[in-house]
Amino acid sequence: MGLASLSSNLLFVSFIAYLVATLFFGGAVKGAKSEATYKNNRWGKIAITITVIGFITHVGYFITRWMASGHAPVSNMFEFTTAFGMMLVGAFILLFYLYRTPSLGLFALPIAIIIIGYASMFPREITPLIPALKSYWLTVHVITAALGESILAISAVAGLIYLLKNIDMTKKSKQRFWLEAVIFTLILVVGFVLSSSTFKLTGYEAEFTYIDKNEQPAKIEYNYPPLFGMAGYESLTPDVMTPWAEMPPIVNAKTLTTFVWSVASGILLYLILRLIFRRPIATLLQPFAKKANSQLMDEIGYRAVMIGFPIFTLGALIFAMIWAHEAWSRFWGWDPKEVWALITWLFYAAFLHLRLSRGWDGEKSAWLAVIGFVIIMFNLIAVNLIIAGLHSYA
Amino acid sequence: MSKIKCQCGHDNPFGTVLCERCGRPQTEEAKESKLVDMRYEGAARRSQTYKRSIIDKIWNFFSSVKIGISIIVAVLATAAIGTIFPQKLYVAASTEAEYAAYYERLYGLAGTIYYKLGFHDMYNSWWFITLVGMLGTSIIIASVDRVIPLYKSLKKQRTKRHPSFMKKQRIYGEGLSEDPEAALIKAEEKLKELRYNVKIEDGAILAEKNRFSRWGPYVNHLGLIIFLFGILLRGIPGFYVDETMWIREGETRSIPGAEGYYLESKEFIMENYTKEEADEVFGDALERVGMIAKNYQTDVALFQTPEGGLPGSDQMDFVKDYSIIVNKPLKFDGFNVFQMDFRLDELKSMTFQLTEKATESSLGEFTVDLTNPGREYELDNGARVILSDYYPDYDGVKDGEPVSKSPIPNNPAFIFKMVTPAKPEGEMSFVAIKQTLETEVNDYKVKFISAETRDISGLTVRKDKTLYLLLLGGIIFMIGVSQGAYWNHRRIWIQKGSNGELLIAGHTNKNWFSLKKELDQVKDVANLPSYEDRQDKESILQDKEVDKV
Ligand code: HEM
Repeated sequence: MGLASLSSNLLFVSFIAYLVATLFFGGAVKGAKSEATYKNNRWGKIAITITVIGFITHVGYFITRWMASGHAPVSNMFEFTTAFGMMLVGAFILLFYLYRTPSLGLFALPIAIIIIGYASMFPREITPLIPALKSYWLTVHVITAALGESILAISAVAGLIYLLKNIDMTKKSKQRFWLEAVIFTLILVVGFVLSSSTFKLTGYEAEFTYIDKNEQPAKIEYNYPPLFGMAGYESLTPDVMTPWAEMPPIVNAKTLTTFVWSVASGILLYLILRLIFRRPIATLLQPFAKKANSQLMDEIGYRAVMIGFPIFTLGALIFAMIWAHEAWSRFWGWDPKEVWALITWLFYAAFLHLRLSRGWDGEKSAWLAVIGFVIIMFNLIAVNLIIAGLHSYA
Repeated sequence: MSKIKCQCGHDNPFGTVLCERCGRPQTEEAKESKLVDMRYEGAARRSQTYKRSIIDKIWNFFSSVKIGISIIVAVLATAAIGTIFPQKLYVAASTEAEYAAYYERLYGLAGTIYYKLGFHDMYNSWWFITLVGMLGTSIIIASVDRVIPLYKSLKKQRTKRHPSFMKKQRIYGEGLSEDPEAALIKAEEKLKELRYNVKIEDGAILAEKNRFSRWGPYVNHLGLIIFLFGILLRGIPGFYVDETMWIREGETRSIPGAEGYYLESKEFIMENYTKEEADEVFGDALERVGMIAKNYQTDVALFQTPEGGLPGSDQMDFVKDYSIIVNKPLKFDGFNVFQMDFRLDELKSMTFQLTEKATESSLGEFTVDLTNPGREYELDNGARVILSDYYPDYDGVKDGEPVSKSPIPNNPAFIFKMVTPAKPEGEMSFVAIKQTLETEVNDYKVKFISAETRDISGLTVRKDKTLYLLLLGGIIFMIGVSQGAYWNHRRIWIQKGSNGELLIAGHTNKNWFSLKKELDQVKDVANLPSYEDRQDKESILQDKEVDKV
């Protein structure tokens, strides 16, 4: 077995391990009386052991892929997102050992699973590095930034648990709406993974020529039935659907098509779930959060930000500036990705100050943590795919 | 303003909330509240005390964290708006009209509005710069307002606190003890083992650890200020050089911004990944996206005119050979030269042949150097060609005259005068790529034979004296945040009450969970009374339920 295939097998093993560990964390939560104490029960021990095994194979994936390609596997969307999922699990393990709360695992692992699933929808082959990426600062910068982001993400997990536990879903309220919206967003991602895998399995392909925004002819391949056509498109593949509409040159109609398909399948999935259970999906998750101790979740959320913020600063701003100075001759260029890293940083700075000086803890703090995660994901997904800049992994 | 005298006899500055020494509440509000606000130890702060003059008002404005947060959010929002459409910097245009047209063409009305509002150059706009300036001001004033009183009151705090202070802590417990003396001794031992600094006074213990972490925010704010100051300095000439230079293969040019230095470009190299070397690992990726660039590189030699050398003299000393690669700039004397761009295959020279039309026989060949063309070319048998006019970037005829768009030989055109023994007065011919024009029918023509090309490297020259200052700011910031984030200031008070009971109280600026863990250990060893975390209502309820069972 070559290194590259060993690497993908290890990733698969860790994916399964996380699934199994989630079940055991469920058992641990069920068996716990309350979570304000820091004692382990047996289910919890098994769950964390499986998680650690999954994490080790995940790191094994990372190292073997590094060895196979000769560079740190953080150079495209698949690699970066998978690494982010890995660090999320790592950050969870760290906080589990500090606080011993199975509830955190019950929510953190499924989110890691969704993230890894999302990652594997991108092209998975190993790509060689273009000149601008050939620098050890790439490795240092991206790994530290992702590590910081993943620890910050744990605060959103704790926040989510806090909200599920404390928001009254029986009465109509703004909070109820937004909590359901958060769950809906997670379902959208699952919808994307499902629809994308379906078309991938059927091997769907449609090729077009079009005119790009610099008025040059170009070619593009869709993996979804083309709902929207690129500007001046002409089909190269016979027997595919005719796009509904032609887009202006600035819109990437392929991305738009993928987006609409994912949203549509996400909505469909959500509606099916609603039809089956006949109540907001968040209420289905609430029993899993009931055992958690609110004060503890609040503290874990704050602690995660406190641990993650300095690491994020170091990786996403300081190392980024050093690298930008070596590669592009200026340490800061107001590239969209850079700006969004700055925005994330400012957001968490505001978060800390609100908490410290304006007493925004508990529910307010939990909402802020969730919003922070949304910003991180926005930077990871939307900025890479939509607002193209120097950093774009396209 | 008058001092406030506490019952314990200590003189506190005007505005004090909790007595600096014994902790007794001094204001009505503090006396009534259940939990005291421990954030600045109840010390008097300028912003909370003086509110009259203009200076007070400005001070109070910037020292408010509410305002500080608003400024942070304003910077954040402005920065985000700047990413909706590309910034001016990333648009290939040079005049305002071209920019306007670009935003209009690609983004329609929204683009025009974006352009008109100046959002296309957001980060250089006066309002963005003002916001950043306000952020800096706010950080400075807010820090000074707090750090001094905080420092003073932490220094002055007494070991024995008044019971009213203890009772108003978030972590508090009281209860009878069989042997309070022994309990205190055991507690002291355990606390020392947990690495607390323990002070004892008159039947009271103050255990404290990691006070230095309280300075973390101020250290990190200092780092931010140094960083912002560094950015400010870049506006001053001499601190910051940023130039671009285009250099052709074989050329030697002076380096803009770096007086006395010259660069010779020997070769520009561009490589793509090849199927063979990429072997099976990258094969799939190459298959999918086609070509992937591997390397951009300019091989150069650096020269310097000797110090005290005569101006205008050509003498240059060789300094070094270097290959400038992306991510590996050439460094010398505080300057960095980066590989940024390139243009392939610029025309370098063209070779022509003078031909007699009727017989197709050659009268000889000549080569025109396109950047530095000669005026006359002597051929065999007394024939010669005179270059009467040259248009390096020919752009058609305007007002009866041929015109050149630029001095770069993208589309060279020539007017040749062909002087031959048969036509000694000469014939005129206009020659451009793929066309020849003659005013009257000539006997001779200039025929294109071949062209030579070369590559041009686009280099950026930087010198940035402020970088070290920025780095220093970054390092100080990191020290500060780590100090505040990875350590926390914990205090535990234990003292004997008047009736033989024991009082315990605890405070930390963050991470209450760990404080409670440590307190539990001390409690177990020394048999201290149990305590409550008055903010954790769920646990208190649960404990009560457990008690009932
Ligand atoms: C982007 C800018 C800023 C950053 C990155 C920053 C960073 C920080 C950090 C990390 C802390 C510690 C927080 C904690 O321990 O939870 C802190 C505390 C603080 N910051 Fe900032 N800050 C910034 C701007 C400001 C501004 C504009 C103000 C002005 C009002 C301010 C006032 C404070 C205060 C009063 C504290 C609490 C100090 C204490 O606990 O004694 N900061 N800051």
